[in-house]
Amino acid sequence: MGSGRFGEHGGQYIPETLMNEIHKLEEAYEKYKNDPEFTAELDKLNREYAGRPSLLYYAEKMTKALGGAKIYLKREDLNHTGSHKINNVLGQVLLAKRMGKTRVIAETGAGQHGVATATAAALLDMECEIYMGREDTVRQALNVYRMELLGAKVHSVESGTKTLKDAVNACMREWTARVDDTLYVLGSVMGPHPFPTIVRDFQSVISREAREQILEREGRLPDVVMACVGGGSNAMGSFYEFINDKEVRLIGCEAAGHGVDTDKTAATMAVGTKGIFHGMKSYFCQNEYGQIAPVYSISAGLDYPGVGPEHAYLKDIGRAEYVPVTDEEAVQAFEYIAREEGIIAAIESSHAVAHLMKIAPQMKKDQIIICTLSGRGDKDVAAIARYRGIDLHE
Amino acid sequence: MSKIYKAFEGKKAFIGFLTAGDPTLEKTEEFVLEMERAGAALVELGIPFSDPIADGPVIQEANIRALSAGCTTDKIFDTVSSIRRKTEIPLVFLAYLNTLYKYGYDAFCKRCQECGVDGVILPDLPFEERGELVPIARKYDVDIITMVAPTSKERIQKMAADATGFIYVVSSMGVTGARSEIKTDIKEMVRIIRNVTDTPVAVGFGINTKEQVHQFSELSDGAIVGSAIVQIIGRYGNEAGEKLYEYVSEMVSGLAK
Repeated sequence: MGSGRFGEHGGQYIPETLMNEIHKLEEAYEKYKNDPEFTAELDKLNREYAGRPSLLYYAEKMTKALGGAKIYLKREDLNHTGSHKINNVLGQVLLAKRMGKTRVIAETGAGQHGVATATAAALLDMECEIYMGREDTVRQALNVYRMELLGAKVHSVESGTKTLKDAVNACMREWTARVDDTLYVLGSVMGPHPFPTIVRDFQSVISREAREQILEREGRLPDVVMACVGGGSNAMGSFYEFINDKEVRLIGCEAAGHGVDTDKTAATMAVGTKGIFHGMKSYFCQNEYGQIAPVYSISAGLDYPGVGPEHAYLKDIGRAEYVPVTDEEAVQAFEYIAREEGIIAAIESSHAVAHLMKIAPQMKKDQIIICTLSGRGDKDVAAIARYRGIDLHE
Repeated sequence: MSKIYKAFEGKKAFIGFLTAGDPTLEKTEEFVLEMERAGAALVELGIPFSDPIADGPVIQEANIRALSAGCTTDKIFDTVSSIRRKTEIPLVFLAYLNTLYKYGYDAFCKRCQECGVDGVILPDLPFEERGELVPIARKYDVDIITMVAPTSKERIQKMAADATGFIYVVSSMGVTGARSEIKTDIKEMVRIIRNVTDTPVAVGFGINTKEQVHQFSELSDGAIVGSAIVQIIGRYGNEAGEKLYEYVSEMVSGLAK
């Protein structure tokens, strides 16, 4: 068995054409991840450019209104580019530069990872090309233009379901055609090893900070840490430093779309089965013959038929729980947190907020929840308006 | 030992690829027989997959056509059984690993043996991950074909030493599809392979002309053509049989002696 396993999940199921390159990436990452110069440069970018550490905000109004556990929000929405994606891309693009690459490619669903990659590429002088499913370029037209403003070339992916999984397919195909000068900056804790580990490490800054911040504020660990899960990068980053704190419940909230009992869903943990796809063994939404299912969610960022292998492992060993949240619940949460706390959270993050609204009232007042807001929701306003039957012209 | 070696016995091999179930499985059976009649030594049957990441647009579309027509792994096995009643031509599958994983490695390889499939090419199963499948496949005399790429370099030796059936040399970077020019030093790759094994070597990816068939069969033991064949099927659909016969005959005439 090859490397990069989380239990039976993970691995490197990719074309031979990419194997030497992926080994080079492994070596480069091993070399630089503890290199003082590299980590100092990344820390500096995180601090001075991305705006880290992100706030751990005590949502007092929500806490009172829901009448149960104390609610803290880890505000990744306040990062430069408006989501947690910047944590990963600064690390990966910096790594690409150290490897002597001059060009980065990336997939994007909602556009957040694409925007973040385009941003890091602009800052660090790299050529940048983004692959985005045609459906998503329509749902998130503003982000397409944003990436172009940042100097990236955006390819509209016309194959398959024209969403995130097809954008990943397109990126993998492009990478097999051109590896010498190009690094594929994968946006989530998925794909072949070493991506799930690299992305988790760069995203674990979320839980490293949150753990320190909550200990400082409350003098104790939280009872629950929760986040939304598509591929799972913000959730993995939010969970990672708490995994060894057995008393902390970890909850991932996935997109149920119209519901897990319908075929319009993207809730991989609820309806998926074990499979091998996009370079990894994990859980996938698929039929009895292993054809990957056309998934659906209102959220372009959670609209993915798989989940990162480390999440699959955390589920298998019972360390983390995964719950489905429907479009309707997420939209209600989107509206709720806007009115209650004055925060327009991403529709992705609103999936976590929706489940938070269910569990907080059932918990005791001296209990603590940390919920990660993975991104801000400006990009979603028009789509939410459409969902509510209002036609906005952006 | 599988029958694959027969394809290379005493001659260069022309290997034709088509996507099973495109446009229907009845036609797949007819097309395989047409290709054999035209002189193909081995036929690769692609098992359609929703997300064929190693394939270019031509084969992607064939996958969609086949899946839309209701093609499944079980129906393909039935078709192979039917083909086997008419011909002994070596047959291999080209599949993505999830198809086998979901079917069950053991159940899949067992069905291959029962129906007469001699090998499986898996573009998303690299050398490092072969261990979970190869011992099971061996139990049923199914060869898991090794793919060697232009970027394989120092990996070639260990991969070739482990190979059975034939070795698939990927001529170019990127995905499947016709190319006007192939720049990789195939001669050097074949030389390294020959140093460690007698397993036959065939070159694929991008080949679509008689001249390319000649060039690469001269450097190796055979040439593989996929997208160009699938394109003919895409264009002529149910009526593609005669065109396939003509095209494959021409390609076969290009084989080096």
